[in-house]
Amino acid sequence: MFLSRTFTRGCLMLAALVLSLTLASPRQAAAKPFIILQSSTSTVNSGLYNFLLPRFTSKTGIEVRVVSAGTGQAINNAKNGDGDVLLVHARSAEEKFVAQGYGVKRFDVMYNDFIIVGPADDPAEISGLEDASAAFKIIAAAKAPFASRGDISGTHKKEMKLWKASQVDPVTASGTWYRETGSGMGATLNVAVGLRAYTLTDRGTWISFKNRGDFKIHVQGGTALLNQYGIILVNPEKHPNVKAREGQAFIDWILSAQGQAAIAAYKLGGQQLFFPNAGTLSSLPLTGRD
Amino acid sequence: MSDFSSALSKALYLLISGDAALMEIIALSLQVSLSAIALATLIGLPLGSVLAVARFPGRGGVITLVNALMGLPPVVVGLIVYMLLSNAGPFGVLNLLYTPTAMLIAQTILVTPIIAALARQACEDLLEEYDEQLRSLGAGTGQIIATLLWDGRTRLLTAILAGFGRAIAEVGAVMIVGGNINHVTRTMTTAIALETSKGNLALALALGVILLALAFAVNAAVMGLSGTAERAAHA
Repeated sequence: MFLSRTFTRGCLMLAALVLSLTLASPRQAAAKPFIILQSSTSTVNSGLYNFLLPRFTSKTGIEVRVVSAGTGQAINNAKNGDGDVLLVHARSAEEKFVAQGYGVKRFDVMYNDFIIVGPADDPAEISGLEDASAAFKIIAAAKAPFASRGDISGTHKKEMKLWKASQVDPVTASGTWYRETGSGMGATLNVAVGLRAYTLTDRGTWISFKNRGDFKIHVQGGTALLNQYGIILVNPEKHPNVKAREGQAFIDWILSAQGQAAIAAYKLGGQQLFFPNAGTLSSLPLTGRD
Repeated sequence: MSDFSSALSKALYLLISGDAALMEIIALSLQVSLSAIALATLIGLPLGSVLAVARFPGRGGVITLVNALMGLPPVVVGLIVYMLLSNAGPFGVLNLLYTPTAMLIAQTILVTPIIAALARQACEDLLEEYDEQLRSLGAGTGQIIATLLWDGRTRLLTAILAGFGRAIAEVGAVMIVGGNINHVTRTMTTAIALETSKGNLALALALGVILLALAFAVNAAVMGLSGTAERAAHA
């Protein structure tokens, strides 16, 4: 049968194509040890890892594969055992993660701060304030547009805490002046610039963000705006697949003098984005901890 | 917006300079999507042609289902594949999450219904034309299917290209199951999403232009090849 022979040959050629394409994947063939780091988007978007990880890899030979997700999603992925190390910025959620047995131990790594950015003409007139909750209250009273992450990320959790302190429940205004984007920091900044809305962002993302329009920092400096990052090894007792040795090696390195110096050395446009503070927990103002 | 013109010049510059990171991303995108298309074709063409020829109870329901699955949202496929491949899921032991293979699986699931549904329609249209002739020749089901697939090859090629378009353009599924890991699972679309979220709109758009050019090149190559084959067949 000519026709079915042609058909069979076609099928065989396709099968060969699939095999050659899937087998030709060079990355998977490499036996180089690697770990999966579940990370908040803010650290990824800032470009910090591109600076840090080659240093760690050249020292230890361990490759770090970074999966970037909002803190909520990153923690959830880590709970499922889909990662070896977690690096996020929502202290209470991190402590809960460890208390529930999903993580081994939490360490402070570094901090920067949150800021409120908005259009240059500052319609709610909050510029110069340090107290973010006070600024939020003014924004709500003015019904000035505000873009929220709305994704239970570290930044969103901080924002909700600040709203609580301001005694305003913005969620009742959701869809009017209060807009929940449900997306990452960069996407939310794009929305904010488009809507000419205020938003809360971490300084690292802001400094590295390119589509700022005429947006400016209006509120910064208050202790409540501190942004602390923590690192946790996913518990190998819960998920035996966790590469505990390699994961711990990464944690040890980032907390070491060398790792901490590398964090401090990362600059963008002459500005330092993250301030290392491993093991110096007690020197931080309590109010800023989250 | 000056972003448009600067995107075009950026795209040209990236292509001409042969930017290593870009080449790696293009290679991975093509590798994953072409593999997915090949697999989906292997599953979808037989499935579609059998659906066109076979008569069985519930056939209408199956056809409607396959047609409906053409509208599968990539992010839902990504979520399902994530839950299956997660270490907390049934196939966690395979360690496939955050690998190109995971992306291949997700895109295959996404594209197979498109190829199957379009193949079914193409074969059924041909069958109406050929039915009597095939019967008078006493052709068996296997021969009928082979004839339909062969004679309908131009239309089937379009079905496969439609599937390719879907695979190369989707971002929702590969983002979740691939994780957009630099040098490992970063594709054209996840790179565009990342650059957009960095506010790097010109670079994101430049990558979009390159993605379009890539899709155009693949389509042109396939159409050119099939045209050559067709002329050779009739020579």
